[in-house]
Amino acid sequence: MAPTKLLLRGGRVVDPANRVDTTADLLIEGERIAAVGDRLSASGAEVVEADGQIVFPGFIDLHVHLRSPGREEKETVATGTRAAAKGGFTTICAMANTEPPADNRPVVEFLLAEARRSAVVNVLPIGAVTKGLAGESLADIGELKAAGVVALSDDGRSIMNAHLMRRALEYAKMFELPIISHAEDTTLSAGGVMHEGLVSLKQGVQGIPSTSEAVMAGRDLLLAEATGARLHLAHVSARETVDLIRAAKGRGVAVTAEVTPHHLALTDESLHDYAPNYKMNPPLRSEGDRAALRAALRDGVLDTIATDHAPHTQAEKDRDLEAAPFGVIGLETAVAVLLTVLVKPGLLSLTQLAAALSWQPARALGIPRGTLSPGAVADVTVVDPGRAWQATAETFESKSLNSPFIGWALHGGVTEVFLGGRRIVHTGEVVTP
Amino acid sequence: MSMSATPWTRKDLLGLEGLSAEELTLVLEQAKAFKEVSLRPIKKVPALRGRTVVLFFLEPSTRTRTSFELAAKRLSADILNIQAASTSLTKGETIMDTVRNIEAMKVDILVIRHSVSGVPLTVAKTAAASVINAGDGSHEHPTQGLVDLYTILEKKGQIAGLNVAIVGDISHSRVARSNLWGLTTLGARVTLCGPPTLVPPGIERLGVTVTYSLKEAMREADVVMLLRLQLERQQQHLLPSIREYAALFGVNREKLAWGKPDMIVMHPGPVNRGVELAPDVADGPQSVIYDQVTNGVAVRMAVLYLVSGGRPAKTPKPAPHPERPVTA
Repeated sequence: MAPTKLLLRGGRVVDPANRVDTTADLLIEGERIAAVGDRLSASGAEVVEADGQIVFPGFIDLHVHLRSPGREEKETVATGTRAAAKGGFTTICAMANTEPPADNRPVVEFLLAEARRSAVVNVLPIGAVTKGLAGESLADIGELKAAGVVALSDDGRSIMNAHLMRRALEYAKMFELPIISHAEDTTLSAGGVMHEGLVSLKQGVQGIPSTSEAVMAGRDLLLAEATGARLHLAHVSARETVDLIRAAKGRGVAVTAEVTPHHLALTDESLHDYAPNYKMNPPLRSEGDRAALRAALRDGVLDTIATDHAPHTQAEKDRDLEAAPFGVIGLETAVAVLLTVLVKPGLLSLTQLAAALSWQPARALGIPRGTLSPGAVADVTVVDPGRAWQATAETFESKSLNSPFIGWALHGGVTEVFLGGRRIVHTGEVVTP
Repeated sequence: MSMSATPWTRKDLLGLEGLSAEELTLVLEQAKAFKEVSLRPIKKVPALRGRTVVLFFLEPSTRTRTSFELAAKRLSADILNIQAASTSLTKGETIMDTVRNIEAMKVDILVIRHSVSGVPLTVAKTAAASVINAGDGSHEHPTQGLVDLYTILEKKGQIAGLNVAIVGDISHSRVARSNLWGLTTLGARVTLCGPPTLVPPGIERLGVTVTYSLKEAMREADVVMLLRLQLERQQQHLLPSIREYAALFGVNREKLAWGKPDMIVMHPGPVNRGVELAPDVADGPQSVIYDQVTNGVAVRMAVLYLVSGGRPAKTPKPAPHPERPVTA
């Protein structure tokens, strides 16, 4: 049987890996991209009219908390990956801070089995750096690699012991696994709830200083430089951290870094009425920090955009600001927020956006995705930039509703998503297999 | 103090940040009217008869709670006292649940004290009842701020142009924040003084001066306000020792002489005697600490009265001793 053919006709194809941003047709044959070009033959193909829409490589999120195993009341592999698909993500990395944590082979295998059973998108597991995420001794990294992890991270916890971090970076080199650092000096941040600045001062809320991130990022950059290991800095939030990354990249340190849509879109002013849906770690920082993050994304100092999708139940979030847990969901609003806040006002090009959402995360992991090159796996996300919508509690596929963007008027909606040539989202809704 | 024509329109009193000079003046004038009541042999007026005031104190407090209770009683309100130990919060109920339950009983005014900043504001967003913040975390303590404004006004005759030094743990003080907003709005010059570990960096952007020298802070001061030092600050690496704090920032008789002879000494209480204030200063002639306590009742009467929708005292003449100061 000949492979299924699908022609996305007349869309604006944005493929940063090939420096493409042009109106073209895109032909998918079976699981792979067959061709990108003008007036491709539609013979034998299902035609999807993409006129006026943007055709991106499927988005890749290096930072998702799927909460499975252990916290399925917040999210499951099924709901989390449906949320991912709806947001245009075709590959997501699942963080290791589950209960129990992914510090051993059975937990990773459980996640992969769940993914085979119920996932709508690719799920790539991230293994723990240290046993029990306790920051005291190395996890069995070789075993984790054999089980299929693509990176290592104790995300949610910081590895405070510098010697252990050094050894982790060294040891991981043998398996070519990047270490994703949640950079936070917890002796500086302990007890803090929001960014330490004028807003926290006025509100009488204990602050989390920018230095708690920058001090640790600085340490990790120096350790990565000394060991020659691959470091990825998660959710960069502070201007000082950006400066340290820029300097380290200038010295040739093998570092990549990510930033979240919420840190790019919001500031600590959002916490003026103490709403827990603006509480996350690292916290929303000042206007100056946000400007530095935006500039760093444009000039490539920050490589990738990751959501740090962190679901929590309403019961957990419907508490006072101190008691509510850190974290917000982000998969379903990411591209719309970025189009609305950065692309529409001319602060980021579509090529820069596509690079940060697909090509750069694929490179950071060394996986053959994130591009629309002929022969590549046909992970494709189609976005209608003209679609205006509002995020409401009803729009989410995620099991949790802790989004800071509820009520926002957004511009740009995911319309179609293809995973390995198979349609997983149609007219904005997840296709139930 | 000039009479203001601005009516009180706020359902709640959550903080002094954002209150206009007219609104602050209105409360102070109303308090003045009620202070008169406190000096009568019969101290009760029917202004809040039939209204229910809930005193919801989730953090230990004697002074503020007593002051509110007395104020509500003198306004003839029905009073419900709920304190931390007696609530189902200890059984895992959230503050929001407890408030929803209290609200369902159709109360009129919720006076809330909570150890977490922002809780009264969060409650006020959904509550039909008026909410009065009786101190939330390190955020604000608006009625204490008003008490201090009232006391300064009473002693000095004006607020605009005065030099006020606030000394101590500014970082963790809700009293300092409320005073900062109230005093700057009414035109006082505020100097904050304490060790850099207890004065938040960047606070100058709120229109105040910072000094680490008590001598400097007191030099031109008309008012010096000492804040209570929480003794656990030492464990948080904010101070080497209470002894050193007292030596650098405590006011004793000797240091009192650094200030003007008519400088008044204030403290929101309770005083750590021998730490921020020497006993002979706390009880000395320049101290107005007990006036603050006395004024607390009148100020809280005014606040309860205004948020409940009462019209301000209708005294077109700035009468120091009006015949019938209270309209109700």
